[in-house]
Amino acid sequence: MTQASALPPALPPLHMRRTHFDPTPELRQIRESMGVQKIETMFGTPAYLVTRHDDIREILADAERFSNRRPPGFNIPGTPAATADEQADVRAGNLLGLDPPEHQRLRRMLSPEFTVRRMKRLEPRIVEIVEQHLDAMQRGGAPAELVASFALPIPSLVICELLGVPYRDREAFGRRAARQLDLSIPVAERFGLQREGREYMRSLVMGARRDPGEDMLGMLVRDHGTELSDNELIGIAGLLLLAGHETTSNMLSLGTLALLRHPEQLAAVRDDPDAVGPAVEELVRYLSIVQSGIPRVTTIGVEVAGVHIPAGQVVVLSLPSGNRDPQLIDAPDVLDIHRGAAGHLGFGHGVHHCLGAPLARMEMRIAFPALLRRFPGLALAEPFTGVDFRRFHFIYGLSSLMVTW
Amino acid sequence: MNVSADRDVCIGAGMCVMTTDAIFDQDDAGIVVVLADPVPDGELTRVREAVKLCPSGALRLLAD
Repeated sequence: MTQASALPPALPPLHMRRTHFDPTPELRQIRESMGVQKIETMFGTPAYLVTRHDDIREILADAERFSNRRPPGFNIPGTPAATADEQADVRAGNLLGLDPPEHQRLRRMLSPEFTVRRMKRLEPRIVEIVEQHLDAMQRGGAPAELVASFALPIPSLVICELLGVPYRDREAFGRRAARQLDLSIPVAERFGLQREGREYMRSLVMGARRDPGEDMLGMLVRDHGTELSDNELIGIAGLLLLAGHETTSNMLSLGTLALLRHPEQLAAVRDDPDAVGPAVEELVRYLSIVQSGIPRVTTIGVEVAGVHIPAGQVVVLSLPSGNRDPQLIDAPDVLDIHRGAAGHLGFGHGVHHCLGAPLARMEMRIAFPALLRRFPGLALAEPFTGVDFRRFHFIYGLSSLMVTW
Repeated sequence: MNVSADRDVCIGAGMCVMTTDAIFDQDDAGIVVVLADPVPDGELTRVREAVKLCPSGALRLLAD
């Protein structure tokens, strides 16, 4: 690797650029003009950026023409060349890298664990976890750092218990999860962390093979142990752990900051239980934390927004842009928790629609009002202009947030 | 109006149950079950919404 490429990039790729909560105005310009623009991905490879809500929705629903598979022999620049077998091992069990019908086979094994009814059964335990963390915050006194004391540990503990991952290991895998998806970390290091994560997960999978517990890993081994390879189990569990960590936690920190900047809406979430469900949907839309662009590969020549895209090309779908499209709702750049608009792309669409969405919704519906009721005077304890946003991260959010009450 | 659910296409996201649990449920495998068909007039708006939101495209609203 050359000296230059080891340096962190000065700017994230175009489709990840933001100011605070808002996507860069360049995205709106593309959306309002051509709709589709040729860009360079974070790996320096060419792609077509798709920015309009309806186009993104249509592409996500069309797995036949827009595939999740990578072209054979595809290696991400900056990573060690991998053999086809090595690539297959790493891809196994990663639902986000599969197309139907292989995807459906794995998704069907997991969907019983995320039904609306199952989530309701989890509710008392999530309430308990939230209250314990609020108690600890209160005991520690103001000011407090919200990410480390609230936003990160709550979803982390929930996914650990659900999956069957020892919570005592959280520091190591939490650090890996955070760095692995950070574009300012050299790509070789990120892939090294991914390998470490797989080795860690392999040890848990082997443990569950020997002695399956009452958790999700245990269930997968008991109910599907003969149909799933070790690599598939490692891939599934690794994806769930990563997704459970890096998403809801950033919604909680960033969502709290957004509410602090909109005090009347914060008061509604705190005081009106009926406002909470729609508020969570609006925050997911408005903040669109999955900002890295969803990649698909065209299987045949297609037209998107009147632009011809040949077969075998990468298209990158901008969820932040689609969620700020006036095709979806009026005044999309305004946070309005009362609008309760469904149909946003915050959890994606199509067969890869977020598996953990019911869990994420449940966690947010419990955690936001609980935090605001415990500390009715919650306020920023640092200047807004100094808040550390995760500009280079696949999942947008905050590195830290100092609050007082 | 009738609503049809393709249980082979369904991915168990549960958006329909979230939209109206008077019409939709999930079985133990998480797959959609239609509870009331034909759809009562009072539920039609919510069912239309559920059809639109369904991520996998498993739901269809059929005219009588």
